[in-house]
Parts: sequence; structure tokens; C-alpha cells
Amino acid sequence: MTLLNRSLKYLSISLLPVVSLWAVVFYFNMLDEIKESVDEGLENYKRLLIQKARTSPEILTKDRMGENFFSVSEISRERALSARDRYVDTLIDMQDADDETPEPEPVRMLVTAFEQDGRYYTLHIINPMVEEDDLIEELFRETIGLYLILVTSIILINNFVLKRLWKPFYSLLQQLTQYRLGSSEHLPQAKTDTREFKNLQQAVNILLQHTTATYEQQKQFIGNASHELRTPLAIAISKLELLLEKGNLDEVQAGSISEVLQIVERLVRLNKSLLLLAKIENRQFLDNQAVSINKIVREGINDLEEIAAFRNVHISLKETAQLSVRMDAALAGVAVLNLLRNAVFHNVPDGMVHVHILQHAVRVCNTGKTEPLIPEKIFTRFYKPDAGTAGTGLGLAIVKAVCGLYNFTVSYQFDEDMHCFEISFA
Amino acid sequence: MKLLIIEDEPGLRDAISASLAEEHFVIETAGDFHTALEKSLVYDYDCIILDIMLPGGTGLQLLEHLKKDGKPANVIIISARDALDDKLTGLELGADDYLTKPFHLAELTARVKAVLRRKNLDGKNSLEAANVVLDINERQLLVNEANVPLNRKEFDILNYFLLNKKRLVTKTALAEHVWGDDIDQADNFDFIYYQIKNLRKKLQAAGADLEIVSVYGIGYKMEEK
Repeated sequence: MTLLNRSLKYLSISLLPVVSLWAVVFYFNMLDEIKESVDEGLENYKRLLIQKARTSPEILTKDRMGENFFSVSEISRERALSARDRYVDTLIDMQDADDETPEPEPVRMLVTAFEQDGRYYTLHIINPMVEEDDLIEELFRETIGLYLILVTSIILINNFVLKRLWKPFYSLLQQLTQYRLGSSEHLPQAKTDTREFKNLQQAVNILLQHTTATYEQQKQFIGNASHELRTPLAIAISKLELLLEKGNLDEVQAGSISEVLQIVERLVRLNKSLLLLAKIENRQFLDNQAVSINKIVREGINDLEEIAAFRNVHISLKETAQLSVRMDAALAGVAVLNLLRNAVFHNVPDGMVHVHILQHAVRVCNTGKTEPLIPEKIFTRFYKPDAGTAGTGLGLAIVKAVCGLYNFTVSYQFDEDMHCFEISFA
Repeated sequence: MKLLIIEDEPGLRDAISASLAEEHFVIETAGDFHTALEKSLVYDYDCIILDIMLPGGTGLQLLEHLKKDGKPANVIIISARDALDDKLTGLELGADDYLTKPFHLAELTARVKAVLRRKNLDGKNSLEAANVVLDINERQLLVNEANVPLNRKEFDILNYFLLNKKRLVTKTALAEHVWGDDIDQADNFDFIYYQIKNLRKKLQAAGADLEIVSVYGIGYKMEEK
């Protein structure tokens, strides 16, 4: 749910009780106001009637509410003297235009007493009141209307104002999603005078600068460490080789030294792969030129010929297109050879490797394990599905890094019992 | 043949010296820039093995001095850096080859010999041992002057063995030399055994007085019968 919708939700929910409460208060205030104004009218009418009764005594005979809105009847002195003006709400049968028969309608009635010529009278004056049902109904409708208008205007205002207000935020957010450590040159920048957004941008940028610095350090560290390891490894290898050559060793000693030498050589390969990765990530390969993938694939297959033959793996090549790509030739070789090598090494005896060069892609499929590999993991560094293999676990990571450098894509599919890797150069 | 080994790491310097001494070269060593400069300017060497990072200066500076002085030594750079720039600058300044650490002793021996042979070319470029001649230019093997056909890799293997005659050649060194040095997963070099077996058969059938013997299962050595 977006910020906009969420704020709308909370505003509309909280407005509902506010508007309802307002309607109730408004209703009672309104009713009071109406009564007060009706009462003032009745009071005035009373004075007029009493005055008029002095000149036209026939008013005193109107003891029924007929067409008039009052009635007069004589009462005893005591009652008259003890009487006070009373305003009461009562019902009186009346017939409106929309009533078929007279119906009880709410009226406001003033009951008072007066004296004329030594005789005492009580006076009832009525005034039709608003019907409370009607008032409530009307008020309810109006309240709903008001509520809807409020919500609509909030939506409109929110859309306009909030979108405007939050624009720097969304701009910052978009730049952040596109930000790539190590490859983005500019820090996210949003034009704003809002303090909160300024603070946010500042905080984000400090964090990014910090992370970038750490990332760079780490990259450099891997590169430096690999370089520093080279001389000690060179010493170890040459000393062991000399020892094997000159040492007059017995079989057991020679076997142990051979093992150590093989382990050191494995370290060398690991170190070399790590350094290669570091160099790819540091973009130290920028000798871009038109590279014939067909040629590289043929050379790679040629290099692997003996290994494949030894493992009884048959390699077939299908070239449906001549594929030429602009990139570093050494890296193209590394990527293609890694795929080919994987296909040969993770194969089964009497297995197959099909290499297919298409218009914009090269596809390497091989027989192997009968269950698919885990596509999310195979390109990560040091991922080895079977712990027994002595590979560095960096081959596919290197392929991915090369592809990443040039915005190519490398994908894995398990297709008709074949493991297929495809580099798409498009 | 007189060689100068310029390397600041004593361990590596000693190992290289010991290995090349086996080939009956006269070896001198230097562990820092100034000793190296002095020796290389005063004496003539057939080949200088030069480390780039040295106490007191760099191998590239030394190369510049040599070039200015018109010293005709062959230089093989050995460096822990394989930055392309170093390599290009080094080769531009007259180095003959560039080897990245770590390397196999057999590889260094092969490079040194290749460089020396190129220098001393007197029209022919071939390796000779017993009754065998390997013509590098024509890529031909002659046993008792009769041509023995070899495929490309068999030729490369034999070439490597002849450059390292009577020396240990590990399977890894051989695989990296013949099949490229970025063989990542070929931890198991058993396939080399089959290549060696084929080569042995061809040598035997042609009556060559050379044999490839296995050394402790980790490599081979080429011996004259």
C-alpha cells in the first residue's frame, strides 16, 4: 500500500467519527436554536393577542384551536396567579399537503395566563415545529454528503500536495534502487528544501560513501592479498620441485612431497582465480576488440580434446552463425573455456557435450547428473555441489563476472536431461 | 653460458640458482637493485632473470639502464605482478620474455633455453639429443634423420622434455605448458599419462634412444638410453 493510500485510509477512517460527532452536536444545537426562535415568536404572538383582546373581546371566546393557532379559556384567579409561562413540546393533529388524514405533528406550545377586566384567562398558543425525524433524516443525508465531499477533496489534495511534497523522496528512492556499489558514479541527489528529506539524503549518502569505501577496500584487499601470496607460493613450488628432483627420496617421502606440491598447486590455481575475479571487478581488462566467438570455441574444444577423450566425453560443435563480439579477447577466452571445461569435467563416461553458436549467444549443454542444479547458487563463489571435487568453485563465478562486466547474461537450464549454460551477448 | 639471477627473496633466488646450475650454467645472483645494476653493467651475461620489485629500485629501471648502455643481455622478467602495463613496458624495454610468479622450475628452464637458443641462432633452430633432432621451425621430429609424424601437442610435449632433458617435469607444469596455464579444474592430470604413452610408443617405434621415465607418479623425466 502506498503512502498516499495509507494516509487516505487513516484519514477517512478517523474522519468518520469526527463527522458523526459533529452531526450529533450540530443536531442538538440546531434544535435548541429553532426552539429558541419559535419561543420568541410565540412570546411576541402572546403580547399581540393580549393587546388585541382588549379591543376585540371576541378573541376571548376562542376556546378551541380552529383555524387559529391559539385558544383562550377562562380560569380561576388562583390558578392564573400561580401560572407561569410554559413552553412545551406536544403533538397536535394536523393535515399537510402530503397527509391523507390529519396526523399528529409536533408543535411548540406556549401556555400562559392573563387578566382582563378582572377576569382571568389561560392562553394556549402553538407553532408548528420541525419534525425531528425529518431533521435527523435530512441531517444524516447531509452528513454523509459532507463526509463524501471531505474524502474526495482529501484524495484530490493528497494526490496533488503529497505527490508534490514527496517528489524528492520518490526521486531519491528511484536513484537508490538503481544505485550499484562500485559501478555507479554519482551519489543519489534529490533537489529539495525540506529538512527531513535533506537529512535523509545526507544519511543515505554517508552510508553509501562508507559502504563504497569498504567495498573498494575489500576489492583491493583481495587483489593485494593474491599478489602478496604469489612470491611465497613460487618459493614453495620451486623448493618442492627441487626436493623431488634431488632429494634421493624413498617412495613414501616422495609421495608425501608430491601431495604437498599438488596442494600448493591447488592454492596457486585458487589464488589465480581470485586475482582474476578481482581484476575483472576492478575493470582492469579494457582491451576491447572484435572477438570471434567461433574461433575461441574451436580453440577451446581443441585444448580440451585430450581431456575429453580420456574421460570418454564426446564434444560436438554446431555453428549456425558467425558470432563476433566486442570485448577483451582474454576474458572471452576465459569465459568460454570455463563453460567448456565445466561441461567436460562434470560429465559422465560416454557423455556428450553439445556446443551451439547462435546469432547472439553461445550455448553449452552436457550430460551429467540426472537432477538439475540450483540456478540461484551455481554462479556464487565457492559453491560446490559435491564436496569431493577439487575445482576452485570459482569457474562459473568468473563467467558471471565477465558477463556482468559487459552486460551480457549467463543462464542455466536443465533441458532434456542436459545441463545447459548459455551466454547471451545481445 | 653465464646467467645473472636478480631476485630479492633468498628462498626463490636459491631455488632458481640450484635448478639452473643443474643445466651447467654459470650462475651469479643479486638481491637488490644496486648490486644488480653494478653486476649487469660490469659483466656480460647471456641471460638475466629479473624480478620487478627490488629493494632500491625496479627491474624496469634496470632494463632502461641496460638499454642505454647497449648491453646485449637477454632478459626474462619474473614478477609477482602481471599487470599488462608492466609486461608491455618490460618487453618494450628489451626484455625477451615475461614469467608470472609462481612458476614451475621446468618452465623457467625451458624459457631460458628458448631465449638463449634464439640468441645463438646460426641458421638452424633445433633441439638435439641422442639420435633425435627436433626442428622447431619446421615442427618436425627426425629420428636417425627419418621423419616421425607428431600431432601438435605431442610435438609440444617432446619440445618441453628436450628443453628439460634429465630434469623433473611435473604433470602440472607439462599440462600448463601444453594445454594453457588457466587449466582450473584439471586437478587430475591422468589424461597426460595417455599422451605420454602415445609419445613413448612413437619414440620406441622410430628407434629413438630417448625414453620418458615416470618420477614418483608426480611427473616425468626424459633420459637418454
